[in-house]
Amino acid sequence: MTTEDSIVAAVADAVRTREPLLIEGNGTKACMLRPVQAARSLSTSGLSGINLYAPKELIISAWAGTPLPEIEAALAEGGQHLIAEPPDLSGLLGSTGKPQTFGGIVATNLSGPRRVAWGAMRDHVMGVRAVTGRAEIIRSGGRVLKNVTGLDLCKLLTGSHGTLGVITEITLKVLPAPEATGTLVLPGLDAAAGVGVLSAALGSPYGVSGAAWLPAEAVGRVAGLAGVAGSATLIRIEEFAPSVAYRIGRLHDQFGVAGSVVLDTAASRSVWKDVGDVRPLVAAAEDAVWRVSVRPSAGAGVLDALRPLGVTGFLDWGGGLVWLAGPANTVTHTAVEAAATAAGGTWTLVRAPDALRGAVRVVPEEAAPLARITRQVKAAMDPAGVLNPGRMYAGL
Amino acid sequence: MIRQPDPKPDVMVRRDSIVAGLRKLLPETGLIAEPLRLKPYETDGLSAYRQVPLAVALPETTEQVAAVLRFCHQNGVRVVPRGAGTSLSGGALPMADAVVVGMMRMNQILDIDYPDRCAVVQAGVTNIGITNAVSADGFFYAPDPSSQLACMIGGNVNMNSGGAHCLKYGVTANNLLGLKIVTIDGEIIDIGGAYLDAAGYDWLGLLTGSEGMLAIVTEVTVRILRGPEGARAMLAAFKSNEIAGACVDSIISSGIIPVALEFMDRPAIHACEAFAHAGYPLDAEAMLIIEVEGSVEEQDRLLEQLSAICRNFDPISLKISQSAEESLAIWKGRKGAFGAVGRISPDYLCMDGTIPTSQLPHVLRRIQEMSDSYGLKVANIFHAGDGNLHPLIMFDANNPSSFHAAEEFGADILKLCVEVGGCLTGEHGVGVEKRDLMPVQFRPHELTQQRDIKSAFDPDWLLNPSKVFPLLDSETAVLPRAA
Ligand SMILES: Cc1cc2nc3c(=O)[nH]c(=O)nc-3n(C[C@H](O)[C@H](O)[C@H](O)COP(=O)(O)OP(=O)(O)OC[C@H]3O[C@@H](n4cnc5c(N)ncnc54)[C@H](O)[C@@H]3O)c2cc1C
Ligand SMILES: Cc1cc2nc3c(=O)[nH]c(=O)nc-3n(C[C@H](O)[C@H](O)[C@H](O)COP(=O)(O)OP(=O)(O)OC[C@H]3O[C@@H](n4cnc5c(N)ncnc54)[C@H](O)[C@@H]3O)c2cc1C
Repeated sequence: MTTEDSIVAAVADAVRTREPLLIEGNGTKACMLRPVQAARSLSTSGLSGINLYAPKELIISAWAGTPLPEIEAALAEGGQHLIAEPPDLSGLLGSTGKPQTFGGIVATNLSGPRRVAWGAMRDHVMGVRAVTGRAEIIRSGGRVLKNVTGLDLCKLLTGSHGTLGVITEITLKVLPAPEATGTLVLPGLDAAAGVGVLSAALGSPYGVSGAAWLPAEAVGRVAGLAGVAGSATLIRIEEFAPSVAYRIGRLHDQFGVAGSVVLDTAASRSVWKDVGDVRPLVAAAEDAVWRVSVRPSAGAGVLDALRPLGVTGFLDWGGGLVWLAGPANTVTHTAVEAAATAAGGTWTLVRAPDALRGAVRVVPEEAAPLARITRQVKAAMDPAGVLNPGRMYAGL
Repeated sequence: MIRQPDPKPDVMVRRDSIVAGLRKLLPETGLIAEPLRLKPYETDGLSAYRQVPLAVALPETTEQVAAVLRFCHQNGVRVVPRGAGTSLSGGALPMADAVVVGMMRMNQILDIDYPDRCAVVQAGVTNIGITNAVSADGFFYAPDPSSQLACMIGGNVNMNSGGAHCLKYGVTANNLLGLKIVTIDGEIIDIGGAYLDAAGYDWLGLLTGSEGMLAIVTEVTVRILRGPEGARAMLAAFKSNEIAGACVDSIISSGIIPVALEFMDRPAIHACEAFAHAGYPLDAEAMLIIEVEGSVEEQDRLLEQLSAICRNFDPISLKISQSAEESLAIWKGRKGAFGAVGRISPDYLCMDGTIPTSQLPHVLRRIQEMSDSYGLKVANIFHAGDGNLHPLIMFDANNPSSFHAAEEFGADILKLCVEVGGCLTGEHGVGVEKRDLMPVQFRPHELTQQRDIKSAFDPDWLLNPSKVFPLLDSETAVLPRAA
């Protein structure tokens, strides 16, 4: 069995022998970012279990190796849910046959469609315990919902891809799951028109919690959208049932087009699960996959710019999140980077053959003064460089 | 009593040349060095502590901030960033050998982008200034600290400030997209931007709440939100703190998350009613203000459900606001709580811990016991949904032992918060006020790890160096409380 102490011992040993570690949960996202050059691996998967679930205090605390589905099931029993709606990317990244872990989803800060209204995983991490590269257990935050005591290492560790510390325990804010969900589906709008509607809907007083645009080829991959012809612009409301009916009605009045459809709770949940899990993306097995985040009004332009290169994609987060798939070569990669940068946004190479992801930047290069801070913070947390070396940046 | 690091002798002797050097970098009226004009900068919202700084710089551009920091860095001069100076934890308290960099002249709104629901503003724009700029179009900036008329967004970012509506909308950290910062060596860096979730480390998250220790923030990209169709408040009064606490639990369990869920105890109710004449029930031991949003029908439905829950707890009274005016009156008492307590006792300390909400009755009982034993009155205001407790400890500033007792009482409350599973500060920050209590919450190596992160940004510890962490050096001066 893995304990926090055994993780401390493993890191201490890695420091002593100068043999870096590949940090894993169940390895479901091992192919994200750059390949880690490490002879040994350290998995948290044996460190599993829910330590505290206080529904009335909107808090759940669990070991990092706890399978995410186990956490989702416990919350569902309490009528609650994970606010950021973290995706299951096994359709994209390949399945290891094992579920993703709580620690893995926090270490990668992956959030789903609800992020646009309710924040990312990093917004709800209230506390962490982690083993640093100094083989010390540190805590940041706690088990309460408001906490500004000291520097916020919860946020620093969330999304750090195991390069600053081995996260051992996470305390997360949760919320009541909505009673009902409804989705307004508008067929046939092109990307720019779709994003225009999504912006207006997100700027309405109705509390839209999902806003995506799928091109026709993506619509065909979503079972819950069978029968929708052409592209689909999706607008979601999650609320008490009467409010869903009322708000979807108002949105329909304002934005409805010929052929508009309203999905009920069950159909909505299935469609948004697919959107979050990136099922609509048309990606051949050998294709690379990128995730670009830009200001929503720039999302359609990114799609347009890359289409001539054989890159396909769809839009979530009101147009701001662009999922892309295309040929896994440096030319395409450079074009994606250029398109995201020209749109003033950020990007991540989510999936690619080792040859490509080992050879190119997988996240944007930081300006020199920030890159210096990055090196110094890495050195402060992991002076011997034993935690996931090279995962985010070459040589770090 | 607050210990300050000794002023650096080499800086103090070079005062004139430092002032002259800084003057060259700033607009004509951008540097203050005359003792009388420095006086207004000697303190912040924790007014018990005062220290006139070496000088005050008032830059108007990011480039001027960079020039000032580069100069201070080259000359080994400490820097204390300052917004509106409303910090309640002494976060902006100057040091004798430090240059205060005041951000009030950087008060421009640079861009408002409704389709993308964000705005770019300079750090010296007030919190309410952002909402005012977008409210005509139905939008608002969500975090609403009670000090929102005065406090500035740069200060909000550095304190990760909250407000009465953060139960639904989150605190400052949850409403930011990007920052422009200047590091101590004068480098200008853009963090994030008008998009979500920048790849790489979460610098935005780390800088938020860093209390001016890592960098100076000059521009902020915030999320702006469309307001709801409407909002309405209700009041529920109960016979004991325990009962009101149980009612809060029951509300959360029902699946309804109100936009605001505020708790006041008997002394707070009395103080606020005397001040605001909001119709608060004076026979109650505890009172909840609950606010919901939506269309009129949605408000009606939610308020009816909430009333039904409250009725299970034998309320003394329930009052659903029937109009915007009544809602305003209900809030007027709560928002004026500090002023109200100030009328009963001109001097009070506003504490700010967080506790697991289930611990509320226990914690309020213990606070009452402490109040009796210290002989100091206390009124409690509580963001009940998220466990953030604000005890207002009343004392007599003309009596040094009364102040000393109030500080000890406050420290005991914060230790209690940690003991029951909470933390030292929910939204006001550590500053100098809670600096020496940090070891109650963190183990030594955890503090060292946080210090190392500060050193990564500011190796020479020039940026707000005496805040947040207990001083390590023994050669410290004691800054006496000013009369
Ligand atoms: C009556 C009253 C009510 C309050 N109510 C609330 C409340 O409801 N919720 C809440 O959270 N707080 C509240 N506060 C506390 C205070 O208003 C907040 O902490 C606020 O964010 C401080 O903003 P400021 O502009 O006054 O910053 P200052 O007090 O000037 O500075 C605060 C800290 O930030 C640093 N800083 C300021 N600007 C910058 C910058 N541009 N770059 C880098 N560092 C900077 C300073 O060095 C200091 O450490 C209240 C205070 C008062 C007096
Ligand atoms: C690593 C480090 C950690 C610090 N931690 C804190 C803190 O937690 N709280 C706080 O208020 N201030 C801290 N400081 C700042 C420092 O303690 C104060 O600013 C103090 O007054 C230093 O005075 P000085 O600059 O005149 O010392 P100098 O004369 O410049 O320093 C003398 C020597 O001691 C070293 N030194 C000084 N202070 C420290 C220290 N605290 N830890 C390790 N080495 C030191 C310096 O690197 C230098 O080599 C820290 C500084 C450093 C470098």
